[in-house]
Amino acid sequence: MNKKTFLLFALAMLVQGIFVYGQGQGGLLQGARVWGNFQLDAQYYLPDSIIEAPDVDEKIRMNAFANLNFSWQGFTMGMRYESYQNALLGFDPGYRGNGIPYRFASYQQDNLEVTLGNFYEQFGNGMVFRSYVDHNLGVDNAMDGIRLVYRPVSGVTLKGLIGQQRLFFDKGPGIVRGFDAEMNLNQTFTSLAENPNQWMLGTSVVSKYQRDQNPLFNLPENVAAFAGRLNYLRGALNLSAEYGYKVNDPSADNNFIYKDGNALTMTGSWAAEGFGLLLAAKRIDNMGFRSDRAASSNNLQINFLPPTTRQHLYSLSGMYPYATQPRGEMGLLGELTFKLPRESFLGGANGATLTVNYSVANSIHKTALNDTTAIGQRGTKGYTSDFFRTGDTLYFQDFNAEYSRRFSRNLRGLISYAYITYNQGVIEGHIEKGMVYAHIVVADFTHRLPNRRSLRWELQHLATQQDKGNWAMALLEYSIAPQWSFSLSDQYNYGNDNKDLRVHYVTLGASYSKNANRFSLSYGRQREGIICVGGVCRQVPASNGFMLSVTSSF
Amino acid sequence: MKKLLLTLILLISVTGIFAQAGSKLPEMVIKTLEGREVNTSAFENDGKPYVISFWATWCRPCLKELTAIDEIYEDWKNLGFKVIAVSTDDTRTRANVLPMVRGRGWEFEFYLDENGDFRRAMGVNLVPHTFIVNGKGEVVYQHTAFVDGMEWEMYDKLKALLENE
Repeated sequence: MNKKTFLLFALAMLVQGIFVYGQGQGGLLQGARVWGNFQLDAQYYLPDSIIEAPDVDEKIRMNAFANLNFSWQGFTMGMRYESYQNALLGFDPGYRGNGIPYRFASYQQDNLEVTLGNFYEQFGNGMVFRSYVDHNLGVDNAMDGIRLVYRPVSGVTLKGLIGQQRLFFDKGPGIVRGFDAEMNLNQTFTSLAENPNQWMLGTSVVSKYQRDQNPLFNLPENVAAFAGRLNYLRGALNLSAEYGYKVNDPSADNNFIYKDGNALTMTGSWAAEGFGLLLAAKRIDNMGFRSDRAASSNNLQINFLPPTTRQHLYSLSGMYPYATQPRGEMGLLGELTFKLPRESFLGGANGATLTVNYSVANSIHKTALNDTTAIGQRGTKGYTSDFFRTGDTLYFQDFNAEYSRRFSRNLRGLISYAYITYNQGVIEGHIEKGMVYAHIVVADFTHRLPNRRSLRWELQHLATQQDKGNWAMALLEYSIAPQWSFSLSDQYNYGNDNKDLRVHYVTLGASYSKNANRFSLSYGRQREGIICVGGVCRQVPASNGFMLSVTSSF
Repeated sequence: MKKLLLTLILLISVTGIFAQAGSKLPEMVIKTLEGREVNTSAFENDGKPYVISFWATWCRPCLKELTAIDEIYEDWKNLGFKVIAVSTDDTRTRANVLPMVRGRGWEFEFYLDENGDFRRAMGVNLVPHTFIVNGKGEVVYQHTAFVDGMEWEMYDKLKALLENE
């Protein structure tokens, strides 16, 4: 046994020992807790030239990680081991090999929480700072540094942090520093505790430092961003707004222009029993913010600019998802949810829910600085923009409605329709591509069978003259609660202009879950597409083969 | 070295399977839908068992789960059970939470876990992820994913806990 092995062994014994004592009565570390989770996704790739699935030399690829945490009284430590035996298709090849890219220790004492090592944090809506992880997207911009969170009085939270961001198994070159203060007035001032007007205020400052080694430009090494937010609540009414401002920050995101950036989001909602209304508006101008000027894709982002569009949940309605355009966009969203009462025209015997949603995103208006400078020309101040004027280019528009109802004791169903206008050229960055206009209809019904079994089916149809033309989809799923589920689905691109590409994407799947363990196995074709979570997207190439997933929490 | 590390993780994982069972809830600060800060260690249900469900507005099975429980929630309430529904929605969809839950008329106890602190502290990876907590405040059962009929499984488990206490 070499030294390293011995140390690891000792550590394992120690953790085990702590655990045993921790659970015992009156043990040394009574009340200690060990917890975490595990996920593994592996795929066995089969060649399939018809759907243009790329050749995979390794045949099998796998992504996996495990989180392991330990806490005792106010003290917590944890780590995450990750393994990419080479990363699944569609993930950045920067994820390669094994390592422990995430580990931290923290303690809490008298309202102060100190974290050393890696951490995730968000200020307000994330407009100037958000570090987070999403394994399914391959996004992880965890900070590595120090974070303090202090709650001096009830309703007041102060946060300060400094560190570098994760980039695959390495760190970005920039240093990120930030401070945030938030106050819930009604919680802080006892005289306001019962006041029907509830206020929350917050402000953040974030700055990044990166050395300037550019031979052409004199680049700012320190770039600061500021944001302020407020939230007002009275009864069913909720209003909130956040404004952010960023000092000039020439980068690959904005083609190295020296223009300041800014962003504004406003939302208002009315939420009464059986009736919900949401309105949102936003404007973004040159607000890309990364800890490396040269970074692209989802790498080293300091802030998060969420799209104000509905996130569709079905395969075909999610075919054309919107992604925020940090260089500039103006967007609006309206959503109405209401419960149709029992015994009403559309409500039926058991009541129903109707959701109507509309969203739109446009370019912002830009004016050239002078006759000799093109809009957004590298090394200049870029352009000027009228705050209230929209640009000429439509990026995205979506009208959709969803009706869901319990038809009888054993039948529940949902029908939805969406009309989506998608600027493929801008959103996917393929200038040669134009607008896609798509009508999508979805039906999703679940029949409850005896002995806690159920049969669910989906029928979906997407009609468009552009891109790959029409699609039809059917899915059948049989479940035995709480453990088993079997499914068969087919997506058929019958409207493709190219007759050779009118292909069936058939998938057969089974999953077994017991308590917090879940195994799923599927076999078949996956179409090329975009997977999005929270407005962050990942391109997935077409593939054919076996997929295995194991997830577990403990 | 790598192999050993894996073995180590596996070893701890094996002991860890029992770790959360019987343990108390972690102390994390999350928010009510009205924006007030609440410490999760203060969760309780008058000495009766209850459910903590992690969900999101964009997660179809989560909506199915909450809808299914909502349909039989009268039965749950009659026995004193309740559901604490913790939304993992981030900035993108957080504003949808309040109109959605009120619009659908759901009566669960809702919270927002914006930064995912509580989710991480509970070892939640994917949603829906549901925990059952007994009357003493100990986590005794957890389950990921939802299929129809799970709501009755949970109801049976809650009832069994109530009868044992």
